[in-house]
Amino acid sequence: MIQAEGLGKSFDGFQAVDRVSLDVRAGEVVALLGPNGAGKTTTVRMLASLLRPSRGRATVAGFDVVAAAPEVRRRVGLLTEHHGLYTRMRATDYLDFFGRAYGLPRPVIRERTAYWMRTFDLADSAGKRLGEYSKGMRQKLALVRALLHDPPVLLLDEPTSAMDPASAHQVRRSIEALRSEQRALLICTHNLSEAETLADRIAIIRAGRLIAVGTASELKRTFLGEPVMELRLAQQVDGAAGLLPGGVEPVGSGPTWLRYRTSNPETANPEVLSAMADAGLKVVTLAPLEQTLEAVYLLAVGAPAEVGL
Amino acid sequence: MTTAAARRTMLQGAWVVAGREVRDQLRDWRILAPIGLLTLFFPLLMNLTARTAMDFVNRYGAPIIAERLIPFLLMVVGFFPISVSLVIALETFAGERERQSLEPLLATPLTNAELYLGKMLASLVAPLAAAYLGIGVYLTGLLTSLEWSPPPVLLIEVFVLTTVQAIVMVAGAVVISSLTTSVRAANLLASFIIIPVAQLIIGESLIMFWGRYHVLWWIIVGLLLIGALLVRSGLQLFNREELLSRELDILDLRWAWRTFRRAFLDGAVSPISWYAGVLRRTVPRLGTCLAILGLVLIVGIVLGAGLAREWPIPSEMLKFDDVRATLSGNFQSFGMFTGRGWWWVFTNNVRALLLASALGAFTFGVLAVVLLMAPLAIVGYFAGNLAALGEPVGLYLAALVLPHALLEVPAALLAGAAILRLGLVAVSPAGGRSLGTSWLSALAEWSRVMLGLVIPLLAAAAAIEVFLTPRLALLLLPGG
Repeated sequence: MIQAEGLGKSFDGFQAVDRVSLDVRAGEVVALLGPNGAGKTTTVRMLASLLRPSRGRATVAGFDVVAAAPEVRRRVGLLTEHHGLYTRMRATDYLDFFGRAYGLPRPVIRERTAYWMRTFDLADSAGKRLGEYSKGMRQKLALVRALLHDPPVLLLDEPTSAMDPASAHQVRRSIEALRSEQRALLICTHNLSEAETLADRIAIIRAGRLIAVGTASELKRTFLGEPVMELRLAQQVDGAAGLLPGGVEPVGSGPTWLRYRTSNPETANPEVLSAMADAGLKVVTLAPLEQTLEAVYLLAVGAPAEVGL
Repeated sequence: MTTAAARRTMLQGAWVVAGREVRDQLRDWRILAPIGLLTLFFPLLMNLTARTAMDFVNRYGAPIIAERLIPFLLMVVGFFPISVSLVIALETFAGERERQSLEPLLATPLTNAELYLGKMLASLVAPLAAAYLGIGVYLTGLLTSLEWSPPPVLLIEVFVLTTVQAIVMVAGAVVISSLTTSVRAANLLASFIIIPVAQLIIGESLIMFWGRYHVLWWIIVGLLLIGALLVRSGLQLFNREELLSRELDILDLRWAWRTFRRAFLDGAVSPISWYAGVLRRTVPRLGTCLAILGLVLIVGIVLGAGLAREWPIPSEMLKFDDVRATLSGNFQSFGMFTGRGWWWVFTNNVRALLLASALGAFTFGVLAVVLLMAPLAIVGYFAGNLAALGEPVGLYLAALVLPHALLEVPAALLAGAAILRLGLVAVSPAGGRSLGTSWLSALAEWSRVMLGLVIPLLAAAAAIEVFLTPRLALLLLPGG
């Protein structure tokens, strides 16, 4: 649904985005992660046909972002970084305006407005002026604006920012529902747990270049290596690491614990447990050490070399 | 889609944008209050002023003052409400950008032209409606109290003038707003509109008091031309690429210098290759501007000759019996045949071209062209007078103008074309480049032409004008 090949954008000599290649399929959520100024917004703007790429090409819903810009805009729902609402307008008038800007007939606008306002618990505030809305309500209304024309592609910049946990949960559920409707979603976010929960794949961008794309587990394996297991013992033991069978790599130890890395926990863990039992050591727990997306992200954005998957 | 259908759709799209903006304005008391006051209170005040003035001047037998004052006030009543359009336009364009509500609008399928036109309409509708209503209130008051009604042509002129002035101000405001990211910066730059418009109103006032109402049509034509240029420029600037590429109003001198330097050197590795670049690349790029300027300079000569027919120099002021003696005296007083004279002529010409450049850069090249037309119009006027008196025009031109003009006119053409190109960049920046980059590149091109061709040509022309032309004049022209 979204296909970008070698996409680049420079502003008066400054390379904001450099040879980004990315695809997002129908029914897929891809999270675009990266530090501020990495080129996320510029990439999204190019995919939304707001900025013309300096190099490369991209198609959205089958339309070229340069040659068929109006067609692309008709098929993209864009949630911008700033909600940018007209605060003197009422919610219904606001959505009516955007619906007409997208060329929708009035009955359709009314029907969809009512549906999405209900979905996001905004129906009771439909008659209020937007200046009276809370930050979270404004964000939800901006999301309704992006969904009003029923786009097959959604580009969402920080969709749950400024929302309370309940509202954020509601939005996440809606994103999952949108995915199940076979829409393609590209989400820019700094919320890593949200990215891990929602996204089928994660793309990390740094200094305009896409440095990694893959599922969360693929990224973890690439950046953090094989899973690390932690074994906790009931008593203090010296030299427990020496009891580990071959094929596992000790990576650390303490008086009552030791850690090892293994590419094959299904085989290695029973062997470790039986080795401990043979040595008369009581095992309290054996569990994989948690590998966080944050660790991946920090490594990725701080890593000097490009990592391909 | 047919052109008519496309236009209809574009107008519909524009009206979607305009409708929202107008409704938004009608919710803002800060816009409504001044418009209301200027629509109702101000025309009534002008009515009172007109009646008082009539009573006063009639007492002293000077009815002509009142006759001129009443139409003048009609124009003022129309102008005051449209002055608000400038504020609305700055708010509509720069304000929306500052509040970051522009991007969702840009994400819609509306075209750049629809967005631009919609916002233009939104800035014009309320102030123009207020202006027309104000004129109506003023005229109704005059009709009932003084039984005065304007000649229909004057009324049409005032309506058209008011509308065109509003369009020019709004179109100018769009250009300014597109170059800034904040209302504050836009307001500061708005003086580039306010000052010329204030001057224009002073000029119009003089014309109204002079009673030469037909001159207003020329002003309307001029304003329409300026409006068209500003709208063209606004359409070029108010586009998604330009609007979203500019996030900050920071003056980056290092970037500016790099851009200028790159365009100025144009890849040259030695003075010879630089010169070759000027001749092979820069001059051909000026082709269209050279053609326009050439045409304009010819028009200047024709206009000068035409003026000679309308306002000839009295024959008693022109003496041709001993031209040589007169010229000889003049040549000496102007320092001809001396190095000082050469320096004076050369620096004078360079100064004139620099002044034309400075004026042209901020007026889409228009004032530069007008300034360059002036000397040729004078030559045309001079030639026209000579022809009227039966003198040999060719001889005089060959003796007094032609030798140095052979270099000076090409220099003026080249300089003028480069200035025109510089001025027109604002109307039509090169595709894919920002206005800043395009303007700096055009400035570099102007510098290349000036340094590489115009200044050497002017130096040589000044030498001919000071050392050769006077000798030829003394040799060829009649005298004892």
